[in-house]
Amino acid sequence: MNQMSDRKIFEVPLYAYARSPDQDADTPVRHKAVVIGAGPIGLGAAIDLAQQGVEVVVLDDNDKVSFGSRAVCYAKRPLEILDRLGCGREMAEKGVKWNIGKVFFDERQVYDFNLLPEEGHEFPAFINLQQYYFEEYLVRRVREMQETGAPIEIRGLNKVLRVADKGDHVDLLVDTPDGEYPLQAEWLIACDGAASPTRSMMGLDFVGRVFEDNFLIADVVMEADFPTERWFWFDPPFNRGQSALLHKQPDGVWRIDLQLGWDIDKEEEKKPENVIPRLKAMLGEDVKFELEWVSIYTFQCRRMEKFRQGRVIFAGDAAHQVSPFGARGANSGLQDTDNLCWKLKLVMDGTAPETLLDSYDVERVHGADENIMNSTRSTDFITPKSEMSRILRDAVLDLSERYEFARPLVNSGRLSVPCTYDGSPLNTADALQGGPARSRPGSPCADAPLGEGYLLGQLGGRFTLLTIGAEAPDSLTCEGLEIDRLAVEATPEIHERYLGEAESAVYLIRPDQHVAARWPSFDAGAVEAALKRAIGKE
Amino acid sequence: MSDLNLTPNIPGADDFYAELLAAHEGLTKAESDALNARLVLVLANHIGDRGVLSAALTAAMLKEEEPA
Repeated sequence: MNQMSDRKIFEVPLYAYARSPDQDADTPVRHKAVVIGAGPIGLGAAIDLAQQGVEVVVLDDNDKVSFGSRAVCYAKRPLEILDRLGCGREMAEKGVKWNIGKVFFDERQVYDFNLLPEEGHEFPAFINLQQYYFEEYLVRRVREMQETGAPIEIRGLNKVLRVADKGDHVDLLVDTPDGEYPLQAEWLIACDGAASPTRSMMGLDFVGRVFEDNFLIADVVMEADFPTERWFWFDPPFNRGQSALLHKQPDGVWRIDLQLGWDIDKEEEKKPENVIPRLKAMLGEDVKFELEWVSIYTFQCRRMEKFRQGRVIFAGDAAHQVSPFGARGANSGLQDTDNLCWKLKLVMDGTAPETLLDSYDVERVHGADENIMNSTRSTDFITPKSEMSRILRDAVLDLSERYEFARPLVNSGRLSVPCTYDGSPLNTADALQGGPARSRPGSPCADAPLGEGYLLGQLGGRFTLLTIGAEAPDSLTCEGLEIDRLAVEATPEIHERYLGEAESAVYLIRPDQHVAARWPSFDAGAVEAALKRAIGKE
Repeated sequence: MSDLNLTPNIPGADDFYAELLAAHEGLTKAESDALNARLVLVLANHIGDRGVLSAALTAAMLKEEEPA
């Protein structure tokens, strides 16, 4: 099959422009929530809100999914979030799973590693999947929800021209093929990417560090016998002084990243007659391949000072940008909306004060800083910025070939893992003596096998009281919220991940499956106080 | 005499490496070389064990034979 002659999924409009009744209204129509951007983060936010019954409209200046593969690595935590949103399983099934990585330096392989992910999790450590598939699954999920009457809508070719926070709502001006129309949102979520027009319209800063480097990304379709592994080269003969990465995606598509350096002519480098010889040097003269997509990117590590700006809330790359090493872009963006949407719902319902949204800022700025730190370190290792930095880097690589001790120092990207919200104002002090550190207040819950399924699937997306060997009421109503209890057996995994040295435990779990508080036994007063704190009432 | 440890032994390896790079930041190559030399001597003194130091020298030379 000649895949290049088929029309690619990213060339077909998936949410074509259709005139909305809002465009003919006499006065601007106000929606509960408007999301700008139908990328992975915007769609994730909209699905999350609509699943909670919040009416939401997504505006996108395009009408198609992402052009080219773009973000290709999705980690376990985002897959768990997507499972709650109703599309994690399909993605995990379609995606390529891998555990073996190989590291090359100069002409030789210095070592290989097996990720050996911890057993007893429903989802793999991560998968490779083209962003266009990722978005297509999300759009499909939106359509499925629409069929059951969920209040969610995507408007293609709707470009936002103006945004004004009016205190109790946000005024928008939207351009379409039929001209402009005004629109209002009680809350606006800007997920419009690293170049966020919303951020610019509001005149907000986006400061950080620019990396003086260019990377060529090429997606090639090839029938090759390369195993399903991640190969990373430092200073290979086919790309002297630079790095290279080979990664497999579904459908025989391979992602190739070649570092090019700073002083290059981007337009020249992108031409197939320049790209193809580079790829042949890397893959071998005999390997048959076709170019699916080529792009050159530079990157920055930066973030907004505050992600919440009154009634406008920024998420994903619009709020923070990282280098691609470690796959922390889309992965952290989904954790943003996972953190935000339950809070927004409680605020809309009047169950929680508006100030609860400030904890989104605190917690996700913490997450962004952790991601920026990790991806900056990877970048400094991959592209040393001084002679001594390169000498040390090369010393680590030379030693890594012979000695195991040097391998943890090799940094070609650190796996994206969710951050623990240590110090969050929503946490209640740890009261479970001997409890495992990995499940301390602020931590994301670790999955574990449970009956026929898994723990996280049963926690769902609401406040839950998780009890292990402890008595508690089956449900309780507190601060206007209904909290169900999930009583589980102390299986070996639950024991290791939730009990540690403790005999019994009661966990208060937030809707985003982070731990709010934990105790050795149930105490109604303590749970009530912790819940109040977790919804920003203290 | 204890053996030279060549298995991972630094908790928070990325933090350490970042601190090492930070120590070199803004230095000229000559200053960086001098910093490394001082660092080697400080660490050697801390190790103290002559056998371990000899084994470490051999390991760092990346000789064909594995260090004893």
